[in-house]
Amino acid sequence: MNPHNKSIDELKQIASQVRRDIVRMVHAVNSGHPGGSLGCTDYFVSLYFRVMNYKPSPFNMDGEGEDLFFLSNGHISPVWYSVLARAGFFEVSELATFRKINSRLQGHPATEEGLPGIRVASGSLGQGLSVAVGAAQTKKLNKDNNLVYVLMGDGELGEGQVWEAAMYAAHNKVDNLIATVDRNYQQIDGGTEEVLALGDLRAKFEAFGWHVLEADGNNFETLLPALEDAKRATGNGKPVMILMNTEMGFGVDFMMGSHKWHGVAPNDEQLEIALQQLAVEQASDY
Amino acid sequence: MKEYTYSEKKDTRSGFGAGLLELGRTNENVVALCADLIGSLKMDAFKKEFPERFYQVGIAEANMMGLAAGMTIGGKIPFTGTFANFSTGRVYDQIRQSIAYSGKNVKICASHAGLTLGEDGATHQILEDVGMMKMLPHMTVINPCDFNQTKAATIAIAEHEGPVYLRFGRPAVPNFTPADQKFEIGKAVMLNEGTDVTIIATGHLVWKAIEAGHKLAEKGINAEIINIHTIKPLDDEAILKSVGKTKCVVTAEEHQMNGGLGDSVAQLLGRQLPAPLEMVAVNDSFGESGTPDQLMEKYGLSTENIVAAAERVMSRK
Repeated sequence: MNPHNKSIDELKQIASQVRRDIVRMVHAVNSGHPGGSLGCTDYFVSLYFRVMNYKPSPFNMDGEGEDLFFLSNGHISPVWYSVLARAGFFEVSELATFRKINSRLQGHPATEEGLPGIRVASGSLGQGLSVAVGAAQTKKLNKDNNLVYVLMGDGELGEGQVWEAAMYAAHNKVDNLIATVDRNYQQIDGGTEEVLALGDLRAKFEAFGWHVLEADGNNFETLLPALEDAKRATGNGKPVMILMNTEMGFGVDFMMGSHKWHGVAPNDEQLEIALQQLAVEQASDY
Repeated sequence: MKEYTYSEKKDTRSGFGAGLLELGRTNENVVALCADLIGSLKMDAFKKEFPERFYQVGIAEANMMGLAAGMTIGGKIPFTGTFANFSTGRVYDQIRQSIAYSGKNVKICASHAGLTLGEDGATHQILEDVGMMKMLPHMTVINPCDFNQTKAATIAIAEHEGPVYLRFGRPAVPNFTPADQKFEIGKAVMLNEGTDVTIIATGHLVWKAIEAGHKLAEKGINAEIINIHTIKPLDDEAILKSVGKTKCVVTAEEHQMNGGLGDSVAQLLGRQLPAPLEMVAVNDSFGESGTPDQLMEKYGLSTENIVAAAERVMSRK
């Protein structure tokens, strides 16, 4: 059971609030990664407020009897922190400590400071899929029927380890795993197809033996059914991959669709414009 | 000089295999992963008896380290097996982020360390692994000296919560430690009490240190010989106590001087008890093809090198 189980209208409001958190967090420390965070907000909100089975408190590192989530592209930590806080893993007020000294909210997600909700450090790219596959195999050994989710960036697929893990997961029929690629076609130095073309990702993952679905990651009306399709596809002998099309910077017009907001914070004026665009019925900013 | 005897020479990697098999029988949370080197790592018996807890990863060590980190979530204790080179340098960032920084209970078990790998040459003869691993916060680094000690260490690290690097090797070496000797992580083993010079050895150099002790005794030199199987955390107390008595020390290991046991001992003594120190270790060089004995002699890791270092360091007191 999801502890919140929100309606689509409620999810939209939560997503706007989370996007407000993201731009305020990166603005406050003039650093961090708003672009991918905004693009993946609807995915995170869907998982934590509707799709995944978990208990936010007390946080259990082993996650027995729960679905697990891993973030491989750890630089989009702002969206994860905001969603974890608003889902009940820790106080929303703690978001104000993001990237500051003595904080549990490190620039990239970490377990070292004991932040509830984080099970492995990420940031150095390409490692999350392997970790998720390992956790999924332990769930099988433990006869725990819950699922393991992992999100990767598309630029991150340049890392060879991702393909090692992709081969392994299919070979070993790790079918209690739903991986998602944030297909926003952007990476730091430009478009993914210019930097190092990823080409036909559906064909690539299918050739690796995965069950592949596609989804629009910025539309709850189609994203939620896609996530349900993905769940139904588990248990059939193949790992499941969602190629999720998103727009970097979604929700803030001047950040949308450009790699330039990958790792740049808005200034004071830009923050105000962004917050105007991210209106919610009852804002509860931290 | 105390006498040590042995009934046979055995490889330390077989000690690992035997320890792993015993763990399989006694601890249902132990799982094993291997990157296409089951025979070399002596993991066959575990695989045969516990196929559901054995994972063949293929030639994909980075993935293996990530898998192992993930498997700990839910309570498993993964033991990864491949050569020392591919257990460390090849996957340093995976170990650093997904295992050490994440505090994961993974046991990185590394065979064919050092020059005694022999004929395969420098591509496989890693001499930097201890340095890389000991620099990582949270990592425990263990380098046992014979079959029995490696078996005992393998069993002991399953009870230790946190990441461990367990280093062992390919050649058959005298199996002289008692089969029932308890393995205490971080605790030095006193092999011979002496007064003139302290010899601190790890791994395959421990037996050579014992041989050196006999040769020194013939010259009237009374060497204190300590087996350091745990390089991190180092048994500071045992080392300080010994060097406080002998006033000089030789370290001996199958590793680079930079980053090895000698480097750790030098740091300790420099801070707390400055004393003349000589290191028997590889001096900023790669290895090459050859027999293990030829290589140990050419790169200065022989019994005679330890004897000469002891005499040299005593003259500096």
